[in-house]
Amino acid sequence: MTGPVAIALDINGERVDAHVLPRLNLADFLREHLKLTGTHVGCEHGFCGACTVRVNGDIVRSCLILAVQLHGASVQTIEGLSDSGEIADLQAVFRDRNALQCGYCTPGMLMAAQDLLKQQPEPDRERIREHLSGNYCRCTGYQSIIDAVETTARMRAGHRA
Amino acid sequence: MKASAFSYARASSVANALELLAAYGDRAKVLSGGQSLLPAMNLRLISPELIVDIGELNELRGVVVEGDIIRIGALTRHVDLQRSLQVAAHAPLLAEAIAQVAHPAIRNRGTIGGSLAHADPASELPACMVALNATIIASGPNGERRILGAEFFKGIYETELSPQEILIAVELPVPPKNSVHFFDEFARRQGDYAIAGLAAQAIVEGAMLADLRMAFFALGNRPVLAKAAKSLVGVAITPAVLSEASAALVEELDPQQDQQASASMRRHLAKVLMARGVAALLDRPDLNRGGSA
Repeated sequence: MTGPVAIALDINGERVDAHVLPRLNLADFLREHLKLTGTHVGCEHGFCGACTVRVNGDIVRSCLILAVQLHGASVQTIEGLSDSGEIADLQAVFRDRNALQCGYCTPGMLMAAQDLLKQQPEPDRERIREHLSGNYCRCTGYQSIIDAVETTARMRAGHRA
Repeated sequence: MKASAFSYARASSVANALELLAAYGDRAKVLSGGQSLLPAMNLRLISPELIVDIGELNELRGVVVEGDIIRIGALTRHVDLQRSLQVAAHAPLLAEAIAQVAHPAIRNRGTIGGSLAHADPASELPACMVALNATIIASGPNGERRILGAEFFKGIYETELSPQEILIAVELPVPPKNSVHFFDEFARRQGDYAIAGLAAQAIVEGAMLADLRMAFFALGNRPVLAKAAKSLVGVAITPAVLSEASAALVEELDPQQDQQASASMRRHLAKVLMARGVAALLDRPDLNRGGSA
């Protein structure tokens, strides 16, 4: 049973069939096997949030899920959200507000921020801070990141009105 | 780091999972949400030979209210508890505590059963089980077993569960109408493990507490149901009464010292939490004067 296990799952809308070792986590599966390197690996024990992706619509730590657990699941990575245009406005505002410096935390930040904006269209800064509390930025650019999420929320609200 | 190699079995039923555990004993680990198990494996703190994944046992998921009991399946995720109308209505203490458990991405995977079986003394849910007088239900080779919350937690990462058992559900008594609750914790960052915390459930009659269960966490090797709280029941609470109870409280605590706080700082925070708790439960802000951390 330590040998490879067959899995079939949906990644960014495409069916993927693979054989994976039980110890392989989703982050490494995405990066090493599928070359989806937008998902970053930081601490590998759930503290930093750099590896955040969506599984069945919910954001999760891809370092804390085994690929074998995802048979039949639907996964969306930063590449999926980026290519579909779902977060084009958020990405543009991140650039405008200098919300990324080295960029290492950015994919995870975008994932967590979009998750909040889907749940709560106009969060205040405290709520944004709380929702992003599981994502570290070691350049410490937190204020600009919160600015960017707040600005995007306002822009989206404006568009709806 | 990466986890070392292990075998993997996806359990098809509770019975199937129990068979695997019977065969492997303590060389196997049960995987539910994996939010404590996988970090420990990635850090190579543990290297189980077999992982028994119970993640697809949907019969272990969900919240049901039957009469005056709320039953929560072991695989119910933190986010499900946070969104559950039944939990909000009948176990508001739990609803409030859940918001302090880790971060959204962790709450989307982590489960109540996993958190309780892991038994980290700094985590919120074990203390809530003790405060709410929960019954924990385990399934094993000899059938089901019911364990009181206050007796379930034995030490750091230690519980009453044997390696052959699986935690399948918890049952909470629906609190009476005149119940009130209090939850607070000190942590460096929203969602971090607590430096000191308190989950409390009480019954208020007039200006007095008719019952009070205070479960302190991160203040010992398991959640501590404070005996000192008894002296606050059925009496008119004055600052002197409260101060006596806090003095008794720190005598029964044996907090750890770590990089976050010294044992004496933790004792101090426990007193602050007790004062805040009693003041909030009785809606008596006067009892919390000078109660800053």
